[in-house]
Amino acid sequence: MSDVVIRVENLCKEYRLGTISHGTLYQDLQSGWAKLRRKEDPNARIGSINQEQLNNTSDRFCALKDVTFDVRQGEVVGIIGRNGAGKSTLLKIISRVTAPTKGTIKIKGRVASLLEVGTGFHPELTGRENIFLNGAILGMHKGEIEQKFDEIVAFSEIDKFIDTPVKRYSSGMYVRLAFAVAAHLEPEILVVDEVLAVGDAQFQKKCLGKMGEVAKEGRTVLFVSHNMAAITSLCSRVILIEEGKLKRDGKGSSIVSEYLSVSRSIPKSNSLINHPNRTKGYRELLTFFLIDNDKPVAYFGEPLVIKIGYNFPDIIAVPQFVISFHNLSGMKVFTIISDYQTNDIPASLHGKGEITCRILCLPLMPGDYFINLQLWQPGQKLDEIENVTEIQVEWVNRNIGQFNWDSGMGVIYVDADWHWRRE
Amino acid sequence: MKPGFSKRVTSMPDNDNSNWTMEIRSRSGWFDINLSELWRYRDLILLFVRRDFVAYYKQTVLGPLWFLLQPLFTTVVFTIIFSRIAQIPTDGLPPFLFYMSGTVAWTYFASCMTQTSNTFITNAGIFGKVYFPRLVVPIAVVISNLIAFAIQFGLFLAFLCYFYLTGADIHPNGWLLLVPLLLVQMAALGLGMGILISSMTTKYRDLVMALGFGVQLWMYATPIVYPLSQIPAQWQWLFALNPMTAIIETFRYAFLGSGAIQPWVLGVSLTMTILILAVGIVMFSRVEKTFMDTI
Repeated sequence: MSDVVIRVENLCKEYRLGTISHGTLYQDLQSGWAKLRRKEDPNARIGSINQEQLNNTSDRFCALKDVTFDVRQGEVVGIIGRNGAGKSTLLKIISRVTAPTKGTIKIKGRVASLLEVGTGFHPELTGRENIFLNGAILGMHKGEIEQKFDEIVAFSEIDKFIDTPVKRYSSGMYVRLAFAVAAHLEPEILVVDEVLAVGDAQFQKKCLGKMGEVAKEGRTVLFVSHNMAAITSLCSRVILIEEGKLKRDGKGSSIVSEYLSVSRSIPKSNSLINHPNRTKGYRELLTFFLIDNDKPVAYFGEPLVIKIGYNFPDIIAVPQFVISFHNLSGMKVFTIISDYQTNDIPASLHGKGEITCRILCLPLMPGDYFINLQLWQPGQKLDEIENVTEIQVEWVNRNIGQFNWDSGMGVIYVDADWHWRRE
Repeated sequence: MKPGFSKRVTSMPDNDNSNWTMEIRSRSGWFDINLSELWRYRDLILLFVRRDFVAYYKQTVLGPLWFLLQPLFTTVVFTIIFSRIAQIPTDGLPPFLFYMSGTVAWTYFASCMTQTSNTFITNAGIFGKVYFPRLVVPIAVVISNLIAFAIQFGLFLAFLCYFYLTGADIHPNGWLLLVPLLLVQMAALGLGMGILISSMTTKYRDLVMALGFGVQLWMYATPIVYPLSQIPAQWQWLFALNPMTAIIETFRYAFLGSGAIQPWVLGVSLTMTILILAVGIVMFSRVEKTFMDTI
């Protein structure tokens, strides 16, 4: 068995929330002076009986709680978890940006961390000068950078502008240069945050390709990402962090699917009776379900089943159930309308019932969306609930992501047949 | 083998020969500054120096000329106000040279101090994303200020030669050999004060405001616009506590051959400098590990 190169033991990180001191020296001195004379602190918040007690209980937040794991030489470990679970804090401690509150991390070998590309780039300096500066910040020696300089320039494809100040670069050139430097680091252990995965799709592909290359060379990689496809294709091992605790640790695909099914859960049933987003006066629609093979998760490219329960005290002639999907910038992506798409629903409805709508293949690119629900009679809106629920569309667990579809290519995916013919 | 040690070994797996290159733990100890690591990052120090210098004069019209204009104007203003109008004596030295020697030396110290004092705040962006020994940044500042000092010092030397050749009453002497040491001491003092303040500004932002004012007060508490010999004997001890007093007086004495320095004042100054630098480094190394959580 190969060597353990990172040993994390009982790692805890505690943040104090709110104001730690009063922020100004004057107020701190004032409070200190008051304490000395056993008087009331003039800067204490009114109503707080005991400032000390307050500090000890509610103002602390544990980002990491007792995390322990080992990483062996050559492993590519993906770290997943929801936003705020503590992944980035863990990376920050490993890359020594901040210190843990308790516990230790022991490391064998040189660590390079890429929490951002282009750290320390100075706009006034030329590309050449920035390569050296950025390389040195990331921990390379001058000799190493000189040795790899030509490679870096070739990789970045900006050799013509290498002596131009980077403030004149396009943002694409800037990112390419920054990534080129990062890609030529040769540490024993590489720590990468998902921040790397921003930028256009081509850039992402390049990043991930380079990561795969690094992994093949037998170096140890820690990789934080929300891109489950990248995680499953790159990582031999996945660590799931939930609320600061190490939840699962093991083979990639099984943990990813567990994470997707459990932690991304969408409530199965939403009663609409007291829905806050309902336009007042309407009371026709009762319930709204999202059902996907018993797992309430919306997957890109997969079917999505929606059920709507209704109770119509009066007869509704020609009811139209309208469901629209919106992205977070408010754009309506598509609308489905029962009356236009089916003859299965009777021309008049009365009493209680349930409508089932099955989207055959969800064309939404992974991301967050919200759903609006309306009930119409021709020419008349009977009920409307805006943002009836938010859904998170995820990659399907099968490895579609090797093609690197991403939201940067648009909001929807269109299936197409491609043919080729020799002339 | 101590019992505590053996217990620790048995708690680890057998294949672990425990030659870890690095151990990350919560901040502990008062003086864990890693000098060998700092040395490993010497390339970065030089690159920061280069960046500071290039970035500074790329954004100005007159470029490095500013380094000359600033002490020149200050000296002229001091000569007019303190010598001509207030008629403060200058130990029989040409007032222009007297003020210029003080200004050039003081400027180096003051800019080292003010520019290192906001290390954490101005570099929060880089510090939050990547690790390197944080002391690299203030050390680079101190070195890049040395470039400005060299230019200004050259100006001072030019005037010194001019006055010497025109027969002014000045006597450069053997104390000149001490000048490089004085420079090191000024750098150390500026660095020490700067990192001390920068460690406190992560918590108290208003110290930055007080700093500009404080530097000015400190300058007037240092014999720059007046000679130390003008201070009554019973207050000399107070001036000796100011580490800059001895530095400025010695600097001036070495080039101009007039002044009132006593060896014990130099000793006090040196002790103060070492003390301030040590406290500065301790504070800095305590703050550097967790300041990202508070800033």
